[in-house]
Amino acid sequence: MNGFLKTSQLPYCKGCGHDLIAKKSAEALEKLEYAPLDVIVVTDIGCHGIIDKCLNTHTVHGLHGRSVALGAGISFGIENPGKKVLVFIGDGGSTIGLQHIMEAARLNLNMSVVVHNNMLYGMTGGQTSGLTPRGFCTTTSADGNPFAGYDICELAHTAGAAYSSRIMGVGDISGELTEAFSVEGFSLTEIMEICPSYGVKLNPRRKLAEIVESSGRKTGVWKNERTGFVLEQGKKCNDLMEELKEVENDFPARLKGNLSLVLSGSAGEGIQSAATLLAKAAMRSGCHVTQKGSYPVTVGVGFSTAEVNISTEPINFHGIGVPDVAIITSEDGLTHSKKRIEGMKGGMLFLDDSLDAPSTGAEVIKRDFRSVGARSACLYAVFYFAMHTKLVDTEAIFMTIEESGMAAKMPLDKIKEKIQA
Amino acid sequence: MQKTSNERKVLIDGSRLITESMARAGADSFIGYPITPANLLYLYASRRMPLMLSAPDEITTLQWMSGLSATGKIPVTATSFPGFALMIESVNMAFMMELPMVIVLVQRLGPATGTATCGAQGDIPLLKGMISGGHQLPVLCTSDFNDCWKLSAKAVHLAVELRTPVVLLTSKEEVMTQKSFSTGVLDAIEPVSRSFYRGKEPYRSYNVERDELVPPFLPVTAGKWQVRLNASTHDKNGILQHSNDEAIGNTVRLERKARETLSGYTFYELDEQEGAGTLLVSYGITASAARDAVKRMREKGKKVSLLVPKTILPAPAIYSEIIGKYKKVVIAEENINAQFADLLFGTRIPSSISIVGSAGRMITPPEILNEEECV
Ligand code: SF4
Repeated sequence: MNGFLKTSQLPYCKGCGHDLIAKKSAEALEKLEYAPLDVIVVTDIGCHGIIDKCLNTHTVHGLHGRSVALGAGISFGIENPGKKVLVFIGDGGSTIGLQHIMEAARLNLNMSVVVHNNMLYGMTGGQTSGLTPRGFCTTTSADGNPFAGYDICELAHTAGAAYSSRIMGVGDISGELTEAFSVEGFSLTEIMEICPSYGVKLNPRRKLAEIVESSGRKTGVWKNERTGFVLEQGKKCNDLMEELKEVENDFPARLKGNLSLVLSGSAGEGIQSAATLLAKAAMRSGCHVTQKGSYPVTVGVGFSTAEVNISTEPINFHGIGVPDVAIITSEDGLTHSKKRIEGMKGGMLFLDDSLDAPSTGAEVIKRDFRSVGARSACLYAVFYFAMHTKLVDTEAIFMTIEESGMAAKMPLDKIKEKIQA
Repeated sequence: MQKTSNERKVLIDGSRLITESMARAGADSFIGYPITPANLLYLYASRRMPLMLSAPDEITTLQWMSGLSATGKIPVTATSFPGFALMIESVNMAFMMELPMVIVLVQRLGPATGTATCGAQGDIPLLKGMISGGHQLPVLCTSDFNDCWKLSAKAVHLAVELRTPVVLLTSKEEVMTQKSFSTGVLDAIEPVSRSFYRGKEPYRSYNVERDELVPPFLPVTAGKWQVRLNASTHDKNGILQHSNDEAIGNTVRLERKARETLSGYTFYELDEQEGAGTLLVSYGITASAARDAVKRMREKGKKVSLLVPKTILPAPAIYSEIIGKYKKVVIAEENINAQFADLLFGTRIPSSISIVGSAGRMITPPEILNEEECV
């Protein structure tokens, strides 16, 4: 017994390797001169996890298979390098939480993991795990596991762990554990054991060393020369309100009441940015606005539709069923908004002249919107709408573009020429 | 109240308000992974939060958050049903360990992956039943930009004060739609004040003074006292127990914690008109349609009151009390199974109540008005 353990009577079945692991881990921590409260032991479900009450360290007892991820979270939160995160997990838990081990190894998080590999789920009744070797008998594969188990050390090593090791859970393993626990970064130590209650009973006459050897596993240490994970220091924290540009109210009011617009075209043709420009320009005349986009899951193909509400009153509900104005600049957009256009009993439809107007009650206004290039077709249409209806100030749109710094990327002269023609 | 900044008119979305508000309230870390329609929160958090980590999956997200919370951080994540479903066991863990954190749940159309870019209000039954044993954790729901600002900060405060995960419920249309907005109306946000255990006796992670319901917190990085956190049934020391009196007492305290402190976080908006016999009830995104419906009715000279519940779980009794005072009640929500009415009344929904629901689209003000006229 040492300062890390409250008792030498650990709560395991007689002959269980977990007893040795707990005691030798405690010795290793002592050799490394940690104080018990410098250490956070994270355990999960499985026989290894009942060690908590015997420890003088901080203890965190989590969900089956998740102790590595939980320990990772603790490791991220520790600013003091004098602290040690030690994770205990079984072969069953390692199967369940394999991804967590890979991730912690990939990031080389500062923590040590001890995999108690007794080749089956002990606490739940001796079932096969992902680390059960081929031929090993369990309660759920009575004739022997037909599949080979994962090589957890190789996986951790390949993922980037600074240190992976496999040792036999017999004799004085405190030296090996001391080495593993002293690693800067991620160390994983797989300790081979056999569960007397299930493993021994179900595999009589087999010896641990022979089982390990016949499964092709070797003891050893595998290293990656890496420094341990370091959190980005002095990360910039932008004030999200301050970084937003104020929209000035510097144009006279144009609109009276509400106006709802649907802008529809193809993905990548600047529909959303044209809608934002329109919304901001309307704000400059003191209007309230809303703007939302909708597009298929793959944002680079198919339709792109934006909905804009402009109102002299504050807007609560921002949904648009049938709009007052539709601006359509491509076939994709027309297909997507066709039903709405057909539902229009009045209002205006601004349509690229390559497209056929569906039957609609809206006044149809056709123009060569795409002639300024597909990427600017919607912007041209927005300008044309503003010029034609005088509901939004074209100058306000120009100024909004100037201030956004996007002017150089847009064929503004061409658009000006077109709308003045 | 001191205002945050001078009146500035901006074009803004709810995700930005939520993220900034939480950061100002004291949330200091964000664990993100991509899921529509919560991606803007992830993006903003990457620019705003002092600690920002990208997790490989949803279970890892909640586990990392729990670990961070155990060290004294206040972590946040944002997700939608498909991700949230995967987090639930770990949310139970955080609930049982009593770890402060906030999960922003952005509702979208289900079932399963449903439609990622289509809003919905379909997750109340899930939230009500997510903790095994039927225990509740606080769920606050935003109904407009002011809520995105105020309730997000409240969620952070509540998580710390009650030592619990808190869900901030919202939906696609609230966090992805940009609206013109005057920042001048936003109140200054108080950062949460955090105090850790300072007692002279050894710390016991789940010990409370006689009448208290929330045990003091101490991070696992503490040097003076041992800290034990446990997801399994445990005693006041945090040691696993099968079902002894002390351990079951602890679980009973967890049940009482959220419910008996509820009056301290019962948030709702009640716009009562004298003499009104009709009440509209709506929460979340549909509240905006209900506000318009109320406006139109009053313009027509009709008397009507409006209730917008913001604390959804545990369900405050005051809602059914208010509803009980009206002859005619219309509850509108974006699902087709009357989830809020079910939460309050179960299968015995009073005959005074009629329901407006929808799937895959927002409920409009005229739909609410029509229903009101039909009742
Ligand atoms: S069941 Fe097996 S693993 Fe569990 S304590 Fe007993 S011997 Fe050890």
